[in-house]
Amino acid sequence: MSENVIVAEGLVKRFGKVHAVSGVDLAVPAGTVLGMLGPNGAGKTTMVRMLTTLLRPDGGRALVGGHDVVAEPNAVRTIMGLSGQYAAVDEYLTGRENLDMFGRLYHLPKREAAARADELLDRFRLTDAADRPAKTYSGGMRRRLDLAAALVVRPKIIFLDEPTTGLDPRGRMGMWEIIRALVRDGATLLLTTQYLEEADELADDIVIIDHGTVIARGTSDQLKAMVGGERVQFTVPSPAAVSRAAAAVLGVTGEDPEVDEETSTVSAPVREGTRSLVAVVNALDGLGIEAHDVGLRRPTLDEVFLALTGHKAEEEAVEA
Amino acid sequence: MSYVLSDGWEMTKRHLRQVPRIPELLFFSLIQPVMFVLLFRYVFGGALRMPPGVDAVQYLMVGIFAQSMTFATAGISTGLADDMQKGLIDRFRSLPMARSAVLVGRMGSDLVRNMFVAVVMVLVGLLVGFRFTGGFWGALGGFGMFAATVLAFGSIGAWIGLSVRNAEAANIAGIIWLFPLTFTSNAFVPLETMPDWLRAWAQVNPITKIVNATRGLFIGPPVFHPFPAVWQALAWCGGLMVVFGFLAVRQYQRANSR
Repeated sequence: MSENVIVAEGLVKRFGKVHAVSGVDLAVPAGTVLGMLGPNGAGKTTMVRMLTTLLRPDGGRALVGGHDVVAEPNAVRTIMGLSGQYAAVDEYLTGRENLDMFGRLYHLPKREAAARADELLDRFRLTDAADRPAKTYSGGMRRRLDLAAALVVRPKIIFLDEPTTGLDPRGRMGMWEIIRALVRDGATLLLTTQYLEEADELADDIVIIDHGTVIARGTSDQLKAMVGGERVQFTVPSPAAVSRAAAAVLGVTGEDPEVDEETSTVSAPVREGTRSLVAVVNALDGLGIEAHDVGLRRPTLDEVFLALTGHKAEEEAVEA
Repeated sequence: MSYVLSDGWEMTKRHLRQVPRIPELLFFSLIQPVMFVLLFRYVFGGALRMPPGVDAVQYLMVGIFAQSMTFATAGISTGLADDMQKGLIDRFRSLPMARSAVLVGRMGSDLVRNMFVAVVMVLVGLLVGFRFTGGFWGALGGFGMFAATVLAFGSIGAWIGLSVRNAEAANIAGIIWLFPLTFTSNAFVPLETMPDWLRAWAQVNPITKIVNATRGLFIGPPVFHPFPAVWQALAWCGGLMVVFGFLAVRQYQRANSR
């Protein structure tokens, strides 16, 4: 087991009467990615703000790279990079000027700051746009510039607060590639996200946060195992057949199936794998219901979230 | 600590680079003072009762110059609130830079911008009848007084901007209180014309001290004397800068943009 480079012990933050974070423990081993998953308002950003010295905790303590975030904030700031939810770059400065400025503010010598800016522009495919004001950049380009700004001093510890929120699928894929490359280079990452597939895709370990507390933690596989094994799932062509199909599934599996009316999709946990699948298909066949996309699958993190919190991740996000 | 100046200079550079890229901002920050100079010169210039030996145009011009300098608050408060809203303050706070650098940089660039405004405004004033009668050093000293005013009121603006956190609100909050403050001074009317209770306040109003000092420097004897008004004005400006500079840095450290 390698050394933990990000550690939180019983972190607490209150805003007035609201308990934004109530007693969160974290440990991120060097070279791994921790995905912090939760809906809007769960306390993810507050956690990141405390770990990156932007917000003083009301209780508990946190160490980043061995430095206490409250006692030695500047030591922490020197060794970590933060890229936030909003692309925090000066929109009137060019990409190059932004990176150069951040390099200088990290106290790199002039020449080194300029060289590093060039290097990062190249790496993040911004060289062509380097001398245009950031104002003219697309959302994805701005986000890349923001991330580049966080990497000026080649930090080994990187905090990414919802790095892909608001990006289109292509932008998101691009960001994932960049994040994977950072991990290959040996960085330790703490990544917050509302997207379950993102945590599934990028994180070694996942903590699920809701209402300021950790409600589950583990690898993606472990979390999926928590809500049980395989499920049978299928789609019926007409909405009218959905309730009859659901009744058939209940008869076979003894479990109340989950029904998505909009897509006419029915799914239910099964205990006996393919045998249950065949039984469900036979039952549907007996009723004359034509089913598509019939299959067995393991639960998604979405379902894990639903099972653990009683609400869906995305729904809450829209509401908040 | 040693990074205050170099980090502050980086921030000043940032703002100065923005100036040519937002030409509207410079244009409109010039329009207002120039417009006031002309309005006061021609609308009020002939209408005010002045003490004997006082030229109304000279008197009013200095008042309007000084008032325009206090409006530096709005630029700084809006700029900082905007940085806050856009998450830039978070970014800066996550860097190992000096805590006061963001404020130092903002003040530095706003000082440059406002001195430019002051020069243009005074030039327009000269075209419509204003005259330096206090000599070269008086004229130079008057601009020095403007610089002190910008730094003092800019500190107040910094504190407001970091407290209000919303650029539109900060724009209004940065300027609204300046109207009663500057109008209850002797910037535009002699104190003798005011009712007693108002005059009592106007006599201690820092704007009165700044305007007295600037009249002493720009216009000079026999009617206006720079001293001790200059010391009183500098004491006010220094005090405001220390108090609000401290409050602003504290607010910056606590900044919580959302």
